Amino acid sequence: MPEQLLFAMEVTLNGLMAGVLYALVALGFVLIFKASGIFNFAQGMLVVFAAMTLVGVQTGQIPFAHLINTIFGTKIHHFGWTVPTILAIIVAGAAMVFVAWVIEKYILQHLIGQPDIILFMATIGMWYFMHGFAPLMWGSEVMKLDVGLAQGINETIDTTTYGWFGYGFFIDNLDIVAAIVAALLVTALVLFSQYTKQGRALRAVADDHSAALSVGISLRFIWVLVWSIAGFVALVAGIMWGSKSGVQISLAEVALKALPVLMLGGFTSIPGAIIGGLIIGVGEQLFEFAIGPLVGGATQAWFAYVLALVFLIFRPQGLFGEKIIERV
Amino acid sequence: MTTDMNADSYVTEDGRTIGPVVMDLKNITLRFGGVVAIKDISFNIREGEIRAIIGPNGAGKSSMLNVISGFYKPQEGEVWFRGSKRPQMKPYQVAQQGLARTFQNIALFEGMTVLDNIMTGRLNKMNANLFQQAIWKGKAEKEELENREACEKVIDFLEIQHIRKTPVGRLPYGLKKRVELARALAAEPSLLLLDEPMAGMNVEEKEDMSRFILDMNDEFGTTIALIEHDMGVVMDLSDRVVVMDYGKKIGDGTPDEVRNNQDVIDAYLGVSHD
Repeated sequence: MPEQLLFAMEVTLNGLMAGVLYALVALGFVLIFKASGIFNFAQGMLVVFAAMTLVGVQTGQIPFAHLINTIFGTKIHHFGWTVPTILAIIVAGAAMVFVAWVIEKYILQHLIGQPDIILFMATIGMWYFMHGFAPLMWGSEVMKLDVGLAQGINETIDTTTYGWFGYGFFIDNLDIVAAIVAALLVTALVLFSQYTKQGRALRAVADDHSAALSVGISLRFIWVLVWSIAGFVALVAGIMWGSKSGVQISLAEVALKALPVLMLGGFTSIPGAIIGGLIIGVGEQLFEFAIGPLVGGATQAWFAYVLALVFLIFRPQGLFGEKIIERV
Repeated sequence: MTTDMNADSYVTEDGRTIGPVVMDLKNITLRFGGVVAIKDISFNIREGEIRAIIGPNGAGKSSMLNVISGFYKPQEGEVWFRGSKRPQMKPYQVAQQGLARTFQNIALFEGMTVLDNIMTGRLNKMNANLFQQAIWKGKAEKEELENREACEKVIDFLEIQHIRKTPVGRLPYGLKKRVELARALAAEPSLLLLDEPMAGMNVEEKEDMSRFILDMNDEFGTTIALIEHDMGVVMDLSDRVVVMDYGKKIGDGTPDEVRNNQDVIDAYLGVSHD
């Protein structure tokens, strides 16, 4: 097989893996958008906050250490213990549920019945609030996240493909783990929404608020639930991104890549978020590989957005979104 | 035959038993800003009866229904349900108390199948926790089966077997109305509120719907309060009728009493102002 083709295959595979991470972030957006019609701009910040909390708890950092030191003149930074990974993940998960509850109680609850743009602005506010709050709580250094996931080149794939084609594929172990975790997460979410009482209630609320009320579903409960799930998805995304590139505030901007993913896949479709993520991931890598050298490279920065723009013109509801029909 | 309609319970001419008061509305007043939608209205609904609320457009009928189901909060007056005064409640809490309703302009979960829609009517009958549901054992499995069975009964009853797996969004209007009724019925409500169940239907569909309402009341003993525009339909269906006009109650009694009430005749046919 020609070298070029093999290389393209490797790029495609790596693109798929990167796409999984985009999809994970996009999934958080879709969940909230479906259930409440809110486009949650702050989803990326939730990812960062979840990851920071996880590292902070795991390494035994004292929250708000800087603040405490400034006020009381102390010099404390760590509790002096480390928390087992599993426990730290549970604590971080609980923190995300708490965040969901706070958002519902102090923001959404007061904005019921407001136009969508108001709610959207509120989530931008949340973004900026957390942009300041997260470093205040956990410090602003780049944090190293290590939950014991396999990293580095996968030797098995390398040697196997070398045996087959005389060319070893470079696939990162972490990407494989991310793909498996994402698949499990999506399966769990689908099962949850299809076969449990709460899932049914969640779909009901997503569909029609008054009808949901009339069968005895509490909207507040569902909103806390859905923001908690989005927080949990953010935690998973945070673990994957964080393991790859460390945890810092700028990670939140990666979440903006979820926008083109959503435009491609549709804002209301869970499978859409996954497939959109994969298409963007692969498209970006292949485009850089094939066209990048001709235009001076760095196409990853804009390819996804241009693709989204094309989709907006020809298929505004995305690949899997609900078709917008206005009855006259 | 004479019946004492003020007794604790009595038997109607067609042999149904009407029991004590389920829902008692006392001096309800509802305002939207300066507009008075409901002005000092009192009436009650008794167990097992079909109670109608009628009146011309804009009389405040739907507002009344929304007060009963907790969607609107009246500024004055009390709502008594099954013998106790109801505190301020959210609509979902009212639903959990055993009150089901349909909407004038149909509120169904369009993306779900007919069966799933009807199953949502039974959400409050499910108590298994998330863990039990996750492993699909014990309580969760038993509950799901029981509730499925109850839904199938309702589906049979309303003759919608052929569409049970169809997404609701694809159904024609008349069937959607029937699915909405099925969802409300699946909750086994102690009071069922129907907001214009026959609006926009043709004669044949109206006859079907009337038959379902009567059968529901007869077979399951469901207490029904309904709003209707169509005088003829209402008079045939209901045991007692409340007539509203401009937010006020202008008549209350059996269909015959109401039909001969001068205020009601004026409201419906108009009155000369000379």
